[in-house]
Amino acid sequence: MIKGRLQLEQTAFCYLAVTSLGFDTVNRMINVVTLKQKIRHSSPRYSSISHLFNSPFITLKHPLFILCAKIIRYGGNIMKKQLFVLALLLLLPISSFAGSTVNGAGASFPYPVYSGWAFKYQKDTGIKINYQSIGSGGGVRQISNRTVDFGASDAPVKPDDLKAKGLLQFPAIIGGVVPIVNIKGIGSAQLNLTGDVMSRIFLGKITNWSDPEIVELNPGLKLPDANISVIQRSDGSGTTAIFTNYLAEISKDWLAIVGAGKSVKWPVGIGGKGNEGVSNYVKRIKNSIGYVEFAYAKQNKLADVVLQNWAGEYVSASFDSFKAAAAGAKWEQSKGYYLWLINAPGKASWPIAGASFILLAKDRNDSSRQAIKFYNWAFDNGDEMATRLVYVPLPQNLKDDIRSYWKANGL
Amino acid sequence: MASTIKREQNLDKLFSIITFSAAFLVLAIIVSIFISLFRESLTAIDAFGFFGFVSSTAWDPVRENFGAATTLYGTLITTLLALAMAVPVALGIAVFITELCPKVLKPIFGTAIELLAAIPSIIYGMWGLFTFAPLMGEYVEPLLQRVFEPIPIIGQLFTGVPLGIDILTTSIILSIMITPFISSIVHDTFALTPVQLKESAYGIGATRWEVIKDVVVPHAKTGIFGSIIIAMGRALGETMAVAFVLGNKHEIATSLFDASATITVTLANEFTEADTDLYLSSLFYLALILLGMNFLLLAIAKTFLARKAKS
Repeated sequence: MIKGRLQLEQTAFCYLAVTSLGFDTVNRMINVVTLKQKIRHSSPRYSSISHLFNSPFITLKHPLFILCAKIIRYGGNIMKKQLFVLALLLLLPISSFAGSTVNGAGASFPYPVYSGWAFKYQKDTGIKINYQSIGSGGGVRQISNRTVDFGASDAPVKPDDLKAKGLLQFPAIIGGVVPIVNIKGIGSAQLNLTGDVMSRIFLGKITNWSDPEIVELNPGLKLPDANISVIQRSDGSGTTAIFTNYLAEISKDWLAIVGAGKSVKWPVGIGGKGNEGVSNYVKRIKNSIGYVEFAYAKQNKLADVVLQNWAGEYVSASFDSFKAAAAGAKWEQSKGYYLWLINAPGKASWPIAGASFILLAKDRNDSSRQAIKFYNWAFDNGDEMATRLVYVPLPQNLKDDIRSYWKANGL
Repeated sequence: MASTIKREQNLDKLFSIITFSAAFLVLAIIVSIFISLFRESLTAIDAFGFFGFVSSTAWDPVRENFGAATTLYGTLITTLLALAMAVPVALGIAVFITELCPKVLKPIFGTAIELLAAIPSIIYGMWGLFTFAPLMGEYVEPLLQRVFEPIPIIGQLFTGVPLGIDILTTSIILSIMITPFISSIVHDTFALTPVQLKESAYGIGATRWEVIKDVVVPHAKTGIFGSIIIAMGRALGETMAVAFVLGNKHEIATSLFDASATITVTLANEFTEADTDLYLSSLFYLALILLGMNFLLLAIAKTFLARKAKS
């Protein structure tokens, strides 16, 4: 029904355009459009008039177009040309909204990589992925209400909740958290900490950088006799969820006093808004410690901390250590891949990693298939872009496992 | 003839209906916002009650224990401090522009003030975070601490580590933001002082200072009061600028150098990731309280102004 209507509009548009301007003029204008598209998208989409009339470009039901069309239809002859030009010009910027679209919403952490993938995916397949980073909480709510085709969350949704809301879940990209410090004379990957010592710093129990417990971990490093300023994220975030889950796993005190979540009641310290807020505070406040996303730390070359991992080894945050964590983890399909990638087994594993998850509605196969098509494509073609954007792609064994999970659920 | 009159009457009727519905729309929006906020906060109201919520200093998303005391305190304290700083400065500006400023400079100062009001708050926030807070943390606050901390009682206000991310910095930025509101309204009301009044005061030998103090300012009292209320409303609701420089800490601060949190900042920070019903509902409850507070403030101002107008 909608399709029929669109075709009607296309015909109307054809008629209007050609009768009011003549074929040549329209064709010339399309050349301009093509040029603009070329500049904007680096590949031409409308190369001739026939393209234009068959393309989604004129399927727009934009009220402005309809209004202009009406004016042209019923208005005076003199203004026809100008109005048509005006209509076409006004329609140009909206032209990219046309076409078939898959809607997703949720976590802000993977937004850069999802939108990067979406851009390439649209070039390759013509299908537009519209991903809105409204936050993980919003992502879970929207897919639960079935208002989007897929949701995304930085924190895995518990198996019980998945069942209750009729959702499927799988990881799509790996990220993680890196503690950063600002101590004079200490650069990247120089300061060693254990999870236990770090938990007590964030609890406010270790308050000085020259505390014997820190000194013991760092022989040969000159630590100042200065108070530790603790910086944390003030806005609810997956980063905080991963970090606090790690501390709660390591330290019983942390679990009892603070617990884990996207926002928690911090015993000490001040809160910065977003990664940029935290890193700015850490850069500015001497002798401070904070935590940011791996990508953020890497891109801004912040002084990161070396952590002791599950196997007792000291590792620094890198693509390899994240990949090792993801590969060594015990993912389970039956639980909808519910897993915190913290303190993952393996000698080379970074201890504070986390996956970002995609949520699908079980009862809406068409939408879910569209989303899966996109992620299947991304698993095959997206690793390079993910790495370039400083995200850690899933290891191959996990990708294969996820594909079998899709199949098992009839998608 | 009769039909023309009839038509005119109908037009009048139509016009009044249109304008009425425009005005009614405002009322409907306000009421529906109140209702929807109330409905969304019902879960939290059930769980904590009113006094329990307002008096509780807890804000623990993990254990789902929420209270409004810390954010309410942060909101009020930053607003009051900002007003305390902004009002004298703004009055000074208004007096200068209306009474003392050379004619040539008047438009320059006037435009500058209005421009200050036009700066988006996010820009104040970024400027605060990158420029102003470091200045405060490195130079101003250590100096203040050295001078005031030894003094008993007052010294308490200047304890702690001066990082520049605190109540003092926030209040100063807020005061800069609200100053133009106060001064431009006050300036307008000053300009309304009848010339005859001023002239007769000068005529009986009053000095300029006496004219300002005894004629211009008393005449503009309601305007001054109104402008302060408007500014207060803006300071209470300010979000972006505050989010950057207040440190976002859910605690009752006792020092000017402590971090704190306000209601709007808490909403902006935590709304997107609030994943449990009670958490979300508590945030709505905070919003409801803020709206109620603003409403109350406006009501007080209105009744005050009405009484003033009567007398």
